[in-house]
This record gives sequence, structure tokens and C-alpha cells, in this order.
Amino acid sequence: MAEIRIENLEKQFGGFAAVRGTSFTIADGEFFCLLGPSGCGKTTTLRMIAGLELPTSGSIRLGGEDVTFRRARERDIAMVFQLFALYPHMNVRNNIAFPLVSMGMPKAEIKRRVEDAARILRIDHLIDRPVSGLSSGDRQRVALGRAIVREPKAFLMDEPLGALDAEFRHIMCGELRALHDRLKATTVFVTHDQLEAMSMADKIAVMNRGVVEQLGTPQEIYDRPASMFVADFIGSPAMNFIRFDARLPAGASRIRIDGAEIGVPVLREDADGSALVLGVRPEQVTLTTEGGLRGEVFGAEYLGTTQVVTIVTAHGMVKARIPAAVRVERAEPVGLSFRADRLSLFNAATGRAIRTALYEQPARGGRHG
Amino acid sequence: MTGLVSAHSVVDPSPQVKRIAAFVVIGYALITLVPLLWIVMTGFKSPSDAIAYPPKIVAEPTVEGYCNLFTTRTRQAPEYMAKLPPAAGMCDRISRERNMVIAGPSNYIPRYVNSLVIAFGSTALSIVLGTLAAYAFSRFKVPLKDDLLFFILSTRMMPPIAVAIPIYLMYRELGLSDTKLGMILLYTSVNISLAVWLLKGFMDEIPREYEEAAMVDGYTRLQAFFKVVLPQATTGIVATAIFCLIFAWNEYAFAVLLTSGTAQTAPPFIPIIIGEGGQDWPAVAAGTTLFLIPIVVFTVVLRKHLLRGITFGAVRK
Repeated sequence: MAEIRIENLEKQFGGFAAVRGTSFTIADGEFFCLLGPSGCGKTTTLRMIAGLELPTSGSIRLGGEDVTFRRARERDIAMVFQLFALYPHMNVRNNIAFPLVSMGMPKAEIKRRVEDAARILRIDHLIDRPVSGLSSGDRQRVALGRAIVREPKAFLMDEPLGALDAEFRHIMCGELRALHDRLKATTVFVTHDQLEAMSMADKIAVMNRGVVEQLGTPQEIYDRPASMFVADFIGSPAMNFIRFDARLPAGASRIRIDGAEIGVPVLREDADGSALVLGVRPEQVTLTTEGGLRGEVFGAEYLGTTQVVTIVTAHGMVKARIPAAVRVERAEPVGLSFRADRLSLFNAATGRAIRTALYEQPARGGRHG
Repeated sequence: MTGLVSAHSVVDPSPQVKRIAAFVVIGYALITLVPLLWIVMTGFKSPSDAIAYPPKIVAEPTVEGYCNLFTTRTRQAPEYMAKLPPAAGMCDRISRERNMVIAGPSNYIPRYVNSLVIAFGSTALSIVLGTLAAYAFSRFKVPLKDDLLFFILSTRMMPPIAVAIPIYLMYRELGLSDTKLGMILLYTSVNISLAVWLLKGFMDEIPREYEEAAMVDGYTRLQAFFKVVLPQATTGIVATAIFCLIFAWNEYAFAVLLTSGTAQTAPPFIPIIIGEGGQDWPAVAAGTTLFLIPIVVFTVVLRKHLLRGITFGAVRK
């Protein structure tokens, strides 16, 4: 197992920059998630770590060794592909044994290791079956088996759950995390599904247009988004954005929107741009009779224990996640109040978060160039 | 209201449609099979029955055609015939009835062997070169890829015989006229465009992820090609091989022009089997019948691949 250190990684395809100046370090044994919408450069980054693409510039260090331009087969990395890439002309055993055969391992040792891997993944009863008849979940396990059997320096997974149906995806999420906890292997997991990333990862790097927008634990990314992109991408329903104009000095802790005074975390820097955005997670909204900001109920989605109520205000739609027991009527006028210490402020022009008591450090990763 | 409650699916053809389709297919098969049947039957007729008018559908079977196919015979005077020892075999007896004596084997077997060597040789070469080229075109950034592919295809845009004279002159200079190597190279050059295009289609269908997985798993690209890509391309390779073989096996025009002796293939040889008083039709028919066998065997053995190969890519797995 090894640490993976990425420095200023760039990848150009013709004139298109797929990855721009990306730097991050994945600690030994960490479950690291590259999260972002399609085309954000997350898969390209993963393929450069695997050695399937060569970077235009920058470096990749694996366990201290520079592997930037080394061939895939010389990196000692295992990869699980989106569509599993199980060799259809081989049975389960030969698929799992395939990487060991290339190492020239003795047959008895291969047999032992393959059977161990199959047992860990609970597919030992399928070991002599052809892969073509397997369910997608079992195919997934075979693909994982092929990865873990070699005990490589790191595992790379390119949307490995994307081909599974929703119910099974949830089960595999749990299994993958359990497998990781058991093997303590450095894992890089690429996904566009925020729920997968949030539920499994130790650290998440949110990518957009070839750069890492934010790097942090799932809690950091959810509670203290570094940019409007991250705030919008993570969470369902997404964070509410309320635009307002103000000039706020460092130390300010109250803002005014339409005469309503709203408490926010203490600002640690001047917010000079006059166009600002208040970011409010739906669960930090409560409906009150008085409330500073007013609006009327547009509709409610019942979700069992909670409901998501959409309120039309002068500043656009605001969604509130409130207990299901609260009765709301359509077109009912309501006031909104927000939990002051959990709000985010963004500069509308740059999209970056303004430093407050909630969010002390400048955004890690961030836009380069 | 039976139509509404019938159990058949809306996607499957109805029984009536199936019956009509079967009728059409069987009808077409009969039309194509009749000439073949006629050839097989003619092979077992006597020369006079073969050219009888009105045609004899049922004639007394004889193996004279096969005897004549494999032997050369000379006519002898009755006094000479009388002094000969008793006939040694069936063919000997049949030819003596016509006052002929078997002088030796005919050239049919050497010509047949030439056909086998040239057809299978050029097919193998086309497949090897075509597979490698198709893989390269499918996976790598080849400069001027589209132009090269078009250029390769353009060799098929005219009848091959259009270049017969230049090839004839070139082969004479190079000493390739009437050599098996020359014919193998010629048929390969005709087949390679078909092979590259067909195989590129098959290679494009094989996801790159398989090779990438193999390369991450510690294999070189070449090893990945042999261990992962080739096994999955088998269907395409077999289908392509059948097409190449059929062309090389049946090719007539170049064979007539460029071979006359040592490298002559069966197609130019069979039609000119001369008997007494002209074409020996039963021998020609017998030669044709035997000539069909390798292709039939090859196709029947590999038909599962052929069918899958032709429909490959029509439906995504």
C-alpha cells in the first residue's frame, strides 16, 4: 500500500484541457473519492494515475516513486472498470488469476490466492462458472477479486457501481467500504454520484472543468462548501442560493435582505463584491409565523420522516426540509428563518465562498490559472 | 376475437408470416440447389447420357466420370487390347469397354493441391495481416487513417481483372508467373482490403477496457492483444476467413491468366478436361463436385461463427 501524490497534473486532448493544474495527496490506506459531473476530468485523472493516459505536464508519485511516465503494467496498481471488463472467454477463476499469471507466480500459489480472494468476496461457489452468466453484482465482485488478488499498491475504481441497479448499488457501497476497512488499501474511487462519495469516502475531491474545486472530508464538503459549484453539486435537494447586494466588512455578522435581518457566521474577510449570495441548506430553514424573509408555499414533497416544502419568495424559490408532521397549505403565507451559524456566503461573481467563522481556511485545491 | 386472445407476442412474427418466410426460403434454396444437384448427378452419368436431349434426369449411374477425371487414357487397337492381362480395377474395366487403356494419372490431384495451398495460404496471410492492420486502425492514432482506409478499400472498386495486364507483366519480370507464391500474394492483396475492413468493424466492437484491464494487470500491449483481444475477435476472424477462402478458392480469371502449369489451380483446369470427341462433361461435373467439398466442410464446421459473425454488431449485447 502506498501514498499517491499528484502535483500540478495537466492533460490536454488537442486543444481541450481535460485536467488543469490538479494537485492533491491521497494518504496511505485512504478511501479517496474523485467526484464531479461528467466531463469534469475525474476519469482522466484516474487514468493518468493508472498509466492508461500520459499527462501533458505534472507528476504522479506512488509511494514516493515518480511513476508519471511509467507504463501501466509497471505501476503495481489494480483497476476496476465501469463495465467491469471481465474477460468473456475465461471463467471466474481465470479472470481473477489473470494478473497473477502475468507475474509468473507458481500455480499452487495462484490457486490459493484466487480462492482466498473469492472467499473474501463470497463468490467461491461461482469460481468455475463462465463470467457470461453471472448477475451484475457477481460480475462486480469478480472484478473486485481481480483487483484484490494481487495485493497492489493502490486500487483505482472508475464508477464501478454505475452499471448496477439502484438497490444493489446501495448494498455494494456498504460492501466496498467494508472491503476497504478490511484490506486498508489506498483506494481512488471515481463517481458522479454524490451519495456514493459521501457514504464511502474518507476524503472527497470535487472536480469541475478540470480543476479540484474542493478537497475535504464529506462533512467539510457538505457543511462548508468552498464554492457555489460544490454547494450546488452536493446535497439533495441542493443548497438554496439567495442573491443580495451588500458591502460587508470583516467582523460583520448580520446581513439585510429586503429589510429582514439575518444572522450569519462572523465574516473573516471583507466582502467587497456588492453582489453576494447567501447559501442555505434546506434543513437549516424553519418555517415561522414572523420570520424575516417572507414567501408563500408553492408545494410540498412528502418523504416519510421529512417533507421538502418549496416556498416562493421575492428572491426565488427556497426549499425547506422540515418534519413531515408540520401541516402546510398551498399558497399559505409563511416566514423563513435560518440557522445563523450554518450559513454560507459566496461572492456571486467568482462563485467562491467568503471566509467566515464557519469556514476559516481558504478553499483547498481551488482554481489555478 | 381470437386475434385478441392469441398468446403470441407482438414482437415475434405471427405463424402466418413464419409460414410465408419458410416458403420463400425453401423456394430459394431449391432454386439454388437444383444446379448443384444437376452437377452432382452429371458426375455419375455416362458421356452420352450427360449430353442427351431431352435431358435424362434419371440415368444409369456410372463412375466413368470420376475415372476419367483422375486418369489419362489412350485408344488402342483391338489386337493390342486382346493381349492385355485382365483389367486390374473398376476404372480399368470401364475404359477397356471403350477400347481405351489407362496411360497414367491426370493432373487433377496436383491442381487440386495447388488450389488448397494457394487458397488456404492466401487466406491465412490475409487474416494475419488483416487482423494486425485492423487492430492498429481501430486502436491507434494512425496518420492519415481515413485516407489509408479509403485507399485500401479503393483496390476493391474495380474488377480485379482490370489490373490483370500490369500484374501479368510485373509477375513475368519478377519471376512470379505460374508460382504458388505469386498466386498467394495476389489473392492476399485482393482479400486484404476485405479483411481489414471487416476485422476493423469487429475490433471496434471490442471495448478498449479489456486491453486496458490487461495492461493494468501486468501485460504488455502485445500480450493483451493475444490473450484478450484475439479470443474475442474469433467470430469476426472466422467469418472473414470464410469470405477470403471462398474468393481465393473460386477465383478464375487471374488463375487462367497467370498459371498454366506447376501452379495452376483447379478452376481453370476443370472446364478443359477433354474426352473423346470434345468436353468430357461427366469428368468436369465430377471435378466440380469434389472441388465443392472443402468449402462446404469449412463453412459447415464454422457455420456457428459465420452466422454470429454476419449479424455481429446488429444488436448490442
